Amino acid sequence: MNSMIPWSILLVPLGSAAAITLFTRRFKAISSVISIAAVLTSFVLSCFLFHDPNLSAVQVNWIDFPKVFSVSLGLTLDDLSKTMLLVVTGVGSLIHIYSLGYMREEEGKSRYFAALSLFMFAMIGIVLSNNFVMLFIFWELVGFTSYVLIGHWFDRDAAAEASKKAFLTNRVGDFGFMLGILMIWMPTRSIVFKDIAAAMPQLASSPGYLSVAALLIFCGAAAKSAQFPLHVWLPDAMEGPTPVSALIHAATMVAAGVYMLVRVAFIIQASPDALTIIAWIGTITALMAALIATQQNDIKRILAYSTLSQLGYMIMAIGLASNEAAIFHLFTHAFFKALLFLGAGSIIIMLHHEQDIWKMGGLARNLPITFLTFAIGALALIGCPPFSGFFSKDAILALAYEQNGLIFSVGLFTAFLTAFYVTRLLVVVFFGKPRTTEAKVSDEAPFVMTGPLIILAALSVLGGLSFFAERFLKLPQGAEAGIIVPALAIIALLGGVAVAFAIYRHRETERFDVALLRNRFYVDEFYNWLIDSTQETLARLSAFIDRWIIDAGAVRGASGATWGAGALVRLIQVGNLQAYAFLFGLGIVVLIYFTVFH
Amino acid sequence: MVTLGDYLLVSGLLFTIGFAGAMLRRNIIIILMSLELMLNAANLSLVAFSRFRVGPAGLPNYNAQVFVFFIITVAAAEVAVGLAIIVALYRSRQTTHVEDLTSLKF
Repeated sequence: MNSMIPWSILLVPLGSAAAITLFTRRFKAISSVISIAAVLTSFVLSCFLFHDPNLSAVQVNWIDFPKVFSVSLGLTLDDLSKTMLLVVTGVGSLIHIYSLGYMREEEGKSRYFAALSLFMFAMIGIVLSNNFVMLFIFWELVGFTSYVLIGHWFDRDAAAEASKKAFLTNRVGDFGFMLGILMIWMPTRSIVFKDIAAAMPQLASSPGYLSVAALLIFCGAAAKSAQFPLHVWLPDAMEGPTPVSALIHAATMVAAGVYMLVRVAFIIQASPDALTIIAWIGTITALMAALIATQQNDIKRILAYSTLSQLGYMIMAIGLASNEAAIFHLFTHAFFKALLFLGAGSIIIMLHHEQDIWKMGGLARNLPITFLTFAIGALALIGCPPFSGFFSKDAILALAYEQNGLIFSVGLFTAFLTAFYVTRLLVVVFFGKPRTTEAKVSDEAPFVMTGPLIILAALSVLGGLSFFAERFLKLPQGAEAGIIVPALAIIALLGGVAVAFAIYRHRETERFDVALLRNRFYVDEFYNWLIDSTQETLARLSAFIDRWIIDAGAVRGASGATWGAGALVRLIQVGNLQAYAFLFGLGIVVLIYFTVFH
Repeated sequence: MVTLGDYLLVSGLLFTIGFAGAMLRRNIIIILMSLELMLNAANLSLVAFSRFRVGPAGLPNYNAQVFVFFIITVAAAEVAVGLAIIVALYRSRQTTHVEDLTSLKF
C-alpha cells in the first residue's frame, strides 16, 4: 500500500527549515516551536511506519537517460531503516526539546533551529535512501549542516576553525566514497542497492577490484564516523553547542557511517581483505581514543573521545562481519551517549560555560537529577550489567573472541580503559569538594533539560535488555563462548573502576602527565606538518608559476612587446615637416622609377 | 632657335629651385611660394610639350594647355586655403616657422 507517510517523515523537517529561514527568522520563539513540532511529527509518523509493515513509498524518476544513467528517488523501508528512523527522530526530538533550555538566551536561536531541522532532514534522508546517489547527496548535506552547527558561534575563532576542519576532513573521506560509488557503478551500471546486490556475483569475480571499491566506500564511513586516520575533526567539533554535540557528534551523524556500512554490507562482506582492514581500523581507533581520553580535562572532549572509541567498536563489529552486533551497539550507544552529552551540557550551562573538569567537583549534591542520569549513562558506557552498553559491547567482544584473539584482547583492554576514564570523569566532576565558587553555588537545570535526561536514562537502562531491544532489531546470535567473555569484560570493568577510584578519589589536580596522550598522539601536529610540506610546497610552486610565468611572461610580456615595438617605430617620427616632405617626395620618385622603368 | 629641350631645362631648373626652397626654407610662407614655383615649372613643361607636339592638321595639342588652366585655378584656390591656414596658425602660435610647429610629435 502506497502512502504519503514515509515521504512526509523526510520532508517535514525540510519544510520547517525553509519556513524558519524564510519567514520566522526574527521570531525566535516561533522558530523553535516550528522546529520541535516538525521533529515530533517525524517521530510520530516514524512510529506509525514502524507499526504498519505494509506501508510503502512511491518512487519518483529524477534523472532518466535510458541505458546510460538513471536515478529514481525511492525509499528503503526495511526493519533496519525503520529502527534507525525511530532512533534518529526519537533522540532528535529529545535533543530539540533540550535545546530550548540550553539555547534559551541565544542570539542566533532561529538559525540554530533551522540548521537542526535541516540536519534532521539530511539524516532521515541517509536512513531512507535506497540508492547511492541519494545517499551521497544527503551524506554531503549532513556534512554541511554539521559544519553550520559546529560553527554556530562563528565569532569564536576556535569554533570557526573547528567547523572548517570538520568539513574538510569529511570532504577527504567523501571523495573516496564517491570514487567507491563510481567503481561499483561502472561494472554494474546501477546505483540502487537492491540491483547491486543482485549483481554481486559479477562483482565478486574480480576480488581485487571489489576490495578497492569496498575500502573506498569505507573511506566515506571512516570520515563520517571519525575513524583513524580521519578522526581528527570530531574532538574539535565539540566547539559547537552541546546539544549539537549530543545529536550530531554522538548519537546520529557519526553513526551514519556505521549505518551506511551495514546498508552496503553485501559489498563489504564479499571482500575478506577489506573486512580485515576495517576491523583493524576500528580496533585501532577504539584503543587510541580510549588512551587519549584518559588524559583530557575538557568534559566534552572526554566524551568525544569515548564516542570515537565506541564507534571503533562498531566498526570493529562491521569488520568482523556482524551487522547485528554493530547496529545493536549503535542503538544502545545513541541513547547513552546522547544522555551523557546532555548531562554534560546541563553541567556546563549551570556552571556558566565551564568545561574543565578540574574546576568542577562535588556536583552530585547540587545537580542530583543530572548526577543520577549521568551516572546511568556512564554505567551504560562502561558496560556495567544490566545497563544497555553491557549487552551490546559484550556481543561485539564475543564476536571478536570467536574470530580474532588479538582484536579481542585489544577490545578488552579498551573496555578497561573506558571504565578507567569514565570513572575518573565521574569522580572528579561529581564527588569530592567543589573546586570553584561556581561549582559550589550551581543549581539543578530546568525541567525542559532534565526531562530529556530522564527519558534517555530510562532508554539507556532498557536499551540492552532483550525483551525491549528485540522489538526493534535483530539481536546478534548468542555467542558460543558462553560465560567467559562476559566474565572477562566484568573483570576489566571492575579493574578500571577500582584503579580510577583509587587514583582520583581525593585528588585536586591531575596526577599523571603523559605528553603523548595529552597531545593526542601528535596526529594533528603530523597533519600540520604534512599539509605544510605538501600543500604549502604546491601552493608556493603555483604561486611562482602564476607570478613569473603567467603574469610576468604571458601578460606583461605581450604588453611589453607591443610597447617596445611602438617605442621603436616612434623614433621615425622626428617632427620635422620638411623631412616628411622630403621622404614623401623620395617615395614618389621611387614609385615613378618602378612604374616607368620596370 | 629655342628647342623643347631648352624649355624643359628651364622647367627643371624652376622645379629644382622650388623643391630646394620647400626643403630648405623654414618659413611656411616661403615654402608655399616654393610650392607655387614647382607647380609653375610643371605648367611650363606642359605648355612646351603642347607647342612642340603638332598634330596632322598643323595644330598644337591643346589638351595640355587646358590642363594648365586647371592647374592655375586649383593653385589659386590652394593658395587661398594655404594662406588662410597660415594666418590662423600665426594667430594661435605667433610663429610661421616650421621648426616651432612640433606639437604633434610624441
